This record gives sequence, C-alpha cells and structure tokens, in this order.
Amino acid sequence: MAVQPILELKEIHASYGSIKALKGISLRVYPGEIVAIIGANGAGKSSTLMATCCVLPIDRGEIWYNGQPIHGKAAESLPPTGLCQVPEGRRIFPRLTVDENLRLGAFHRKDKAAVEKDRQHMFSLFPILRDRRKQHGGTLSGGEQQMLAIARALMTRPKLLLLDEPSLGLAPLIVQQIFDIIHDINQKDGTTILLVEQNANLALQAASRGYVLETGTITLEDDAKKLLGNPEIRKAYLGE
Amino acid sequence: MLYQANPQAEEAMEYFIQQLINGLTLGGLYALIALGYTMVYGVIQLINFAHGEFFAAGGYVGVILLNFFAGRGLMDTHPWLGLFGAFALTMAYCAFLAMAVEKVAYKPLRHQSRLAVLLSALGMSIFLQNALMLTQGVFDKPYPGEKFSGGLVFGDIRISVLQMMIVGLTILLLVGLNLLVFKTRIGMAMRATAQDKVMTSLVAISSNRIISLTFAIGAGLAAAAGIMFGLYYGSVRYDMGFVPGIKAFAAAVLGGIGNITGAMLGGLIIGMVEIFGAGYISGQYKDVFAFIILIAVLYFKPTGIMGENVDDTRV
Repeated sequence: MAVQPILELKEIHASYGSIKALKGISLRVYPGEIVAIIGANGAGKSSTLMATCCVLPIDRGEIWYNGQPIHGKAAESLPPTGLCQVPEGRRIFPRLTVDENLRLGAFHRKDKAAVEKDRQHMFSLFPILRDRRKQHGGTLSGGEQQMLAIARALMTRPKLLLLDEPSLGLAPLIVQQIFDIIHDINQKDGTTILLVEQNANLALQAASRGYVLETGTITLEDDAKKLLGNPEIRKAYLGE
Repeated sequence: MLYQANPQAEEAMEYFIQQLINGLTLGGLYALIALGYTMVYGVIQLINFAHGEFFAAGGYVGVILLNFFAGRGLMDTHPWLGLFGAFALTMAYCAFLAMAVEKVAYKPLRHQSRLAVLLSALGMSIFLQNALMLTQGVFDKPYPGEKFSGGLVFGDIRISVLQMMIVGLTILLLVGLNLLVFKTRIGMAMRATAQDKVMTSLVAISSNRIISLTFAIGAGLAAAAGIMFGLYYGSVRYDMGFVPGIKAFAAAVLGGIGNITGAMLGGLIIGMVEIFGAGYISGQYKDVFAFIILIAVLYFKPTGIMGENVDDTRV
C-alpha cells in the first residue's frame, strides 16, 4: 500500500512498575479507516491507547503519527495535532457543567467562531446535551456521559480518534446509538478511528480491520469480516 | 423622652459591634491565607506547610517597598499609590517565589507518595523562615502605617482607615478570585485539573502550568494578607507566618479543604471566634480557639462545612 499510515506503533513496550503491560505491540492505522482492537480484560487494550497518547510512558518502541515520531512528547501537545482520545470510563469532569466539559475539548483552539459553530453542531448531534448543558457532568447517565465524552473529543476536531470501550456499561439501545454516531463520524467527517472493545462482535462489525490483543501482544491481525468468521475468534471472543 | 437608653446595655452593644469589626478584619486576613491552602490542596492534594512563609515574605517585601517609597518621597505625595504599588509588587514577588518553591521542592516529587511532598513542604517552611531570619534579622520590623491612621468614630466604636482598607481589599480579592476560578477559561482549566489530571492532558491542558499558576495565586493572596497584617499590627517578624498559617489551615479544614467558598467562610469564622473568644472569655487563650475548632472539626466532621458533596465550589 502506497498510502502512509496515519498512526503506526512499532514494537511498543510499556509497564506499570514491574508489571509489563505491553510486550512489543505493532500496529498501523490508515487514513479513513475504522480499526478495532479486541481482547479480554487486562490484555493491554487501554494501555495501548494511553501509550499512543503519551500518557503512559513507553519503555521501548516508536510511535509515529502523521509521519512524525511522537513518543516521549507531552500528552497535552497531541490534541492540537488532531490525535484525540475518549478514554475508558469516559472521564467526564464530574463537577464541571456539561457545557464546560464540552468547551474544554476546544481549549487549545483560537478560532472562536468555529468553536461556537462546533458547539452548536454538537448540540444538534446530541440534543440531550443541550437540555442538560447547565448540569454537572457527574449527574448524567452513562449513555449521556458517553455522548458528552465523544462530543468533547469532537470539539478538538480530531483527525484520529481513539475510542476506549464506548459500549461499556450501556444499555443495548444506547450502544447501537453510540455506534451509529461512530459510523457517522467516520463516514461524514472522514475521521479515522481506532476502537478498543471487549464487545468483539460489535467492534468487528463497525470496523474494516481488526487486531486481537492477548496479554500485551498482538496475536492476530486481519480484515474485520475475516476475524468475525474465524472460528477461533468466535470461540474465544464471541461466546460460541 | 419616652425611651431611656440603658447606658450599660448600650456600652455592651458598642463593645459587641467593635469586636464584630475586629473579627471581620482578622477573619478576612485568615480567609486570604486559607485560600492558598485550599487551592493547592484542591489541585494536588498537598497541605502546603510552607504557605505561611509566603505570608511572612509578603509582610517583609511590603515593608521594604513601603520604606523605599517613603525614602523617595512617594508616600508624602501619593500615599495610596505607594501603598497599592507595594501591594501589587509584593504579590507578584511572592507569586514568583511560590512558583520557584513548587518547581524545586514539589514538582520533582509529583509521582512520589504524598508523605514525601508533605515532608518537603515542612522542609521548605523551615528553609524559608530561616532565610528570612538570616537576611532580615530576628527582631520585629516596624511598619510605616502612620500615613493611614485616623478613621471613623461612632461613640465608642472605632473603625480605622486601615480596617476599612483591609476589609475592602479583602472583599475585592475574594470576588476577583471567585470570578477567575468560576467565570474564566483559565479557572475552568484549574477546576478540571483538580478533578482529573489525565483527562486534562487529553484536552491539551498542561497540568504543570496550572499547578504553577495555583501556587502563584495562593501565594499572591497570602502576600497581600502579609502586608495588611503588618499595617494592622504595626510590625512584622521572621516567624510571623507560623501561627497565622496554622490558623488559616484550620480555617481551610473548617470550610472543607479544597473548597474555595469554604475557605473564605472558615477564615471568617476562625477570625470571629478568635476575637470574640479573646473579648468575652480570655485574651490569653486567643490562639487556642482556632485549634479547638480544628480538633472539633476533625473529630466530628472531617469533611468540613462545605466538603464533599455539599456544593461544588471546589477548585
């Protein structure tokens, strides 16, 4: 493929104290794709995303984003470049209002008029956030918080959006809604998406390619459809 | 005359009002210092035991500047300009001092245990106090406050110009701080940093810069309190930061540590209790009242008046 990947991890090793979380992760994400990382609890999915955002320091390896090495950079320097994450557990600021949470997403942006336009756009995308904009983030339901977390990330105008377990703890109907939104972000805005999910079925249906992560290493990489049809995957992750 | 005033009751009333005014003045000072404790705690969960030293440094830099201005004749021609110039410069000085202290003594320990930073804070307090002693001497340094003597007298009630200035400036600073923290972009970033530092980095906010700013603001307020203290009591001493610092800490705990409104309220209560305790019970025990409150709060309601879930004016 001649196209340059928007994100490339090369042999990433990372650890929490003496516990090795990532043992040589390599993966590529190409512009416009939805890529899914599936795996069990504790396989290193969230650590992979946190390492990509330079929140979790890496011991070895390289991270290339948009043709530039970014490993070792300050985490706060990345969102302005369009690399942006909706972290696990959503991490809404509980004692800030919904509106403040939203505006924090655009904290680094100087184009005030465009920020305001984006804010109105988010309210039309998620009308419930407009209704609740003066409430504290902590008072929202799980689904509303997930919407706010995605909206907050979109306020940075991401080129590459990392999503960590967007379905976690949500009712099936809400999950479907969230995945429709993810699909739209990818199709309409052309945002590249790297998605981490325990719900492998859902993730692989949304994605074009997938990686399987087991105890800190990538064990399998394939088209999402093929992974869905792979009997071993079906057995290990789809409950068959 | 139908109504015959009871002279004894009137005297008691005047005494009460006088104590109220004194309590308000002292409470305002404690509130200004308490804010530094509470804001730093809110952002990095550290009791900055060196905070009282910024108050003392403020007292000293203030007197040095006022004497310098007086030497140039500024205090004769424009006394208020000199005074507010001294306030502004002193607050800026202490803000930079606090940022330096944070960088040297706390930042390297950011990821260590909370006890390590706490010990570093105690060490910093001893260091700063001794630095003040070695450079400024061990004796009281008189404050040139006579330019601002005078005041209003109603019967036996005296409100000095200084008291009015202190209360007015305190209110101004408290309102300004509230606006900064709750109405501005930077205040929003401060509150976000207090709640989740990983997430703030994911929205492009440098928590290091916010932490530095928090120290600067807290120290600036304490420095202002230091000058007011010097003007009000007429002198400063190298170890003046200790007792008011601990009392302001008690005020922050009373209000609910981490909570800005709580610190203001706590400062006011501690100041009032101290003045009224001294006025009605015994002047010798005036330092004891703040600590009785501290112990009682820690025993009966460790979260303080506005702590945890009561309201959301935490940083």
